[in-house]
Amino acid sequence: MADPAVDDVLIVASLLFVAAAATAAVLNRDPARQAVVLSLLGLGLAVLFTVLQAPDVGLSQLGVGSALTPLMILLTVRKVRRQRERRDGERHGGKRRG
Amino acid sequence: MSRRARLCVLAAGLLATAALLVAAVLRVPSFGGPWHPYGDRAVEAALRRNTANTVSAVNFDQRAFDTLGEESILFASVLGTVVLLRRTEDERTSEPRPVSVPATMRRYGIAALPVTLLVGLYVIAHGQLSPGGGFQGGVVVATAFHLLYVAIDYPALKRVRAVGLYEIGDALGEAAYVLTGVGGLLAGAAYLANVLPYGTFNTLASGGTVPLLNAAVGVEVASAVVVLLARFLSQALEIEGGRE
Repeated sequence: MADPAVDDVLIVASLLFVAAAATAAVLNRDPARQAVVLSLLGLGLAVLFTVLQAPDVGLSQLGVGSALTPLMILLTVRKVRRQRERRDGERHGGKRRG
Repeated sequence: MSRRARLCVLAAGLLATAALLVAAVLRVPSFGGPWHPYGDRAVEAALRRNTANTVSAVNFDQRAFDTLGEESILFASVLGTVVLLRRTEDERTSEPRPVSVPATMRRYGIAALPVTLLVGLYVIAHGQLSPGGGFQGGVVVATAFHLLYVAIDYPALKRVRAVGLYEIGDALGEAAYVLTGVGGLLAGAAYLANVLPYGTFNTLASGGTVPLLNAAVGVEVASAVVVLLARFLSQALEIEGGRE
């Protein structure tokens, strides 16, 4: 990246993407969807860190922010939903769903 | 403390923090400028120890004690997760039902697994040379195994991944870091001092203790993430019942 103008364009573009993805993550109210948006946000942050010449941080962000955290959120959502379905099933006397 | 007093304390704290932040930001070097007082010194110190990746030199040499703290935070939080997410007396385990995954996804997952694993191990092994290191590579290695869960199913992951081994790996990684630090004391220098020969610049065996500490972190992080996800997976898929 020799041309500083190209650098600036990349930095501005990734900053805008991060701002948009972060806003979308806040405005989304469904945790499962939030996890997917969070994953995109992690990807955007990884790109931003890389164009700001911090590839070490970019790699961490890629692993933790776009893979690990969303997976943990999705698994938690799944556990909560399963628990809730079971409780509702018992209350209505219906058959329990897995 | 009354609500009013608490708000007063909060306001005082917020104002003081804001004042300090503004004062600090006003004296920060301008963005993208040529003046990097900290960076220049860090690079110089890294080169003196023949460590090509300055970030690793900061993490595992110049600030090795900070990294011990970070590694221990991960170790302690995973330990906490293991305790909190265990199966309690009034809960039972059920076999998760097998699910069908599209054939293309299965093929992609099986093809991506060895590549991801290799990339993770490469990133760990070259921590002292190129961007990345034990932490980043460890996470990649751990996520590689979980492609089995995504692309095939949970029993496939369980067959390949023996959680007990990774629990031992987690403890061994943490212990290796602490003991490498003691090596510095035994050599007559300080705790976590870089006492090994620095080697040839830009080769795998350069940087003295940096590659050793980096490998210890790699083993710890990879094992910790596997153990962490194992607990989340068993809660989400196997354990049910119990009080709420």
